[in-house]
Amino acid sequence: MEQALKAAISILFDGVAYAMLLFIISVGLSITMGLMGFANLAHGAFAMLGGYVLVTLMLNAGIPFLLALVLAALVVALVSIPFERFLYRRLYRAGELDQVLLSIGLVFMATAGITYFYGPSTVAISVPAFLTGQIDLGFGTFPAYRTFTIAVGIVMIVALWYAFEKTLVGARIRAAVDNRRMAQSIGIDVDRLFVLTFSVGSGLAALGGGLAIEIIGMSPTFALTYLVFFLIVVAVGGLGSVRGAFVAALVLGIVDTAGKYLWPDGGAFFIYALTIAILLAKPEGLFGRA
Amino acid sequence: MNASDETETARRSAHEAFARSERWRWTEALPWIAAVGAFFVFPDYMALGTQILIAILFALSLDLILGYAGIITLGHAAYFGAGAYATGMLSAHLGWGEPISAMLFGGAVAAAFGFVSGWILLRYHGLTLLMLTLATAILLMETANVLEAWTGGFDGLVGISIWPLLGTFEYDLWGHTYYWYALTVLFLCFLVCRRIVHSPFGRSLVGIKNNTARMHAIGTPVHRRLVTIYTISAGMAGIAGGLFAESNAFVTLDVLSFARSGAVLIMLVVGGVGRLYGAFVGTAVFLILEDELAKLSPEFWEFGIGLLLVLVVLFFRGGLLGAADALTRRLFPGKRP
Repeated sequence: MEQALKAAISILFDGVAYAMLLFIISVGLSITMGLMGFANLAHGAFAMLGGYVLVTLMLNAGIPFLLALVLAALVVALVSIPFERFLYRRLYRAGELDQVLLSIGLVFMATAGITYFYGPSTVAISVPAFLTGQIDLGFGTFPAYRTFTIAVGIVMIVALWYAFEKTLVGARIRAAVDNRRMAQSIGIDVDRLFVLTFSVGSGLAALGGGLAIEIIGMSPTFALTYLVFFLIVVAVGGLGSVRGAFVAALVLGIVDTAGKYLWPDGGAFFIYALTIAILLAKPEGLFGRA
Repeated sequence: MNASDETETARRSAHEAFARSERWRWTEALPWIAAVGAFFVFPDYMALGTQILIAILFALSLDLILGYAGIITLGHAAYFGAGAYATGMLSAHLGWGEPISAMLFGGAVAAAFGFVSGWILLRYHGLTLLMLTLATAILLMETANVLEAWTGGFDGLVGISIWPLLGTFEYDLWGHTYYWYALTVLFLCFLVCRRIVHSPFGRSLVGIKNNTARMHAIGTPVHRRLVTIYTISAGMAGIAGGLFAESNAFVTLDVLSFARSGAVLIMLVVGGVGRLYGAFVGTAVFLILEDELAKLSPEFWEFGIGLLLVLVVLFFRGGLLGAADALTRRLFPGKRP
């Protein structure tokens, strides 16, 4: 009995760490899709870019892990701005097909480019000593790195909650997600919100990509492999909903981790069956607006 | 001229325009001449040629729903894979290897699956539909993975043995038999597609694509029309999958993968959506370039196809054939493309 309880706690812990990763990467996608209605399949490519920028900063410039993590997020946030200005904005009014194709094209180019410079295999970094091994949290010992990931996730959730609910910019974004034309007509510069959210969302994705190296691994196929998971978080949670993305990421992370432990061959089956069931019942997602 | 005369003239000219669009043009012979010619010019490349013909058929089935009915799907490989597994399992488990009936069986299974899934999914739109088609295809792949005893799971389905075509033509090492077989099937399916898109039913699909609300308003049974074309398209994709299983005598989970759903979409878009022949041009260009460039370096190929996609979306919405049309119009102004 105690054995089973320990196993359950361990699965739950790993699942929550994975969920935080999914949330950090996907939340930007959810907001940009809610705000701009852009089916951006290349969001994972920005996460991947973040991972590789982190690797480069650590291995080539000798910058320590934590600083490199922050720098990687900033670099990708900046790099994403020209993409929004010159590519994405041309297709805001186009159909989903064009958006899907453009962003898949970008994923292919990113995958090929990163394979060319870094090779096709998984990359490795060395995290600082305090993030390796186990950590005692009082009610049990847990892997230190996963604890760190969960802590970062919680900080991000609180920061996002504050930014959305308590600041003027957050109120403007919420207004624009609800009704873009109304927001524009009362003088909100929606165009500038687009750049801002796209850039912050890409930076968050890069942060998630950097954290992912030690948990789910980072290789040039990352953007395509996990694309479906990011999309599920966004679609199941509901477009433009931070709370929805969080709940969906939590469910997906825990169910997927539990499935891999308990039924390694068919675990993924549940994820997709659950996704289809939720979307059939609630096409706009759990917390989306119809 | 009184009002009823005017209506009559308008009706007649509209009728004539439709009749004209259905008339065969000499340019339409070109791909078929190229396909027959390729057999004599590149006899050593017939294995690749057969795979191109199968991919064209698959892309053609996608054009029916995407190009004419406007249904965007990220999971069309579900039907290709269903056909491939149905045909393969018929031979591997039940010992039936007659190629034509086995292929049609694959098509029938895929059509049945297309009918059921289409009936449920086609009530949804936009991103939800995109996610549902994607998840359905992956769910099918996971199912095939779990049902290892039937599908061979991750290792693939082995033990497919196909009898000689029409009882006489053996499978040969150079793939000559299968090239002709696939070309015949493709031609017959193409005739069906061409008939469909020029029929009143096909025109009503274009109407649904352009303005669903208006088609509802004039009394078109929109959902039924969409399910019908989706079922036909799934069946055709299943026939392509059946051909694939027979020509390779091996089926892996890859036939159901997102990569395959994405690739067929890319091939069609690169060639040109909603014009039937786009499937031919895009698929041939995609697979021949892949074969050649991947020899140099796989990254080179992947980057190239990504760049091509971005350029097509930004500058050549009509794909390669659309660009060719624009060029023709520029060179010969006043002539109808």
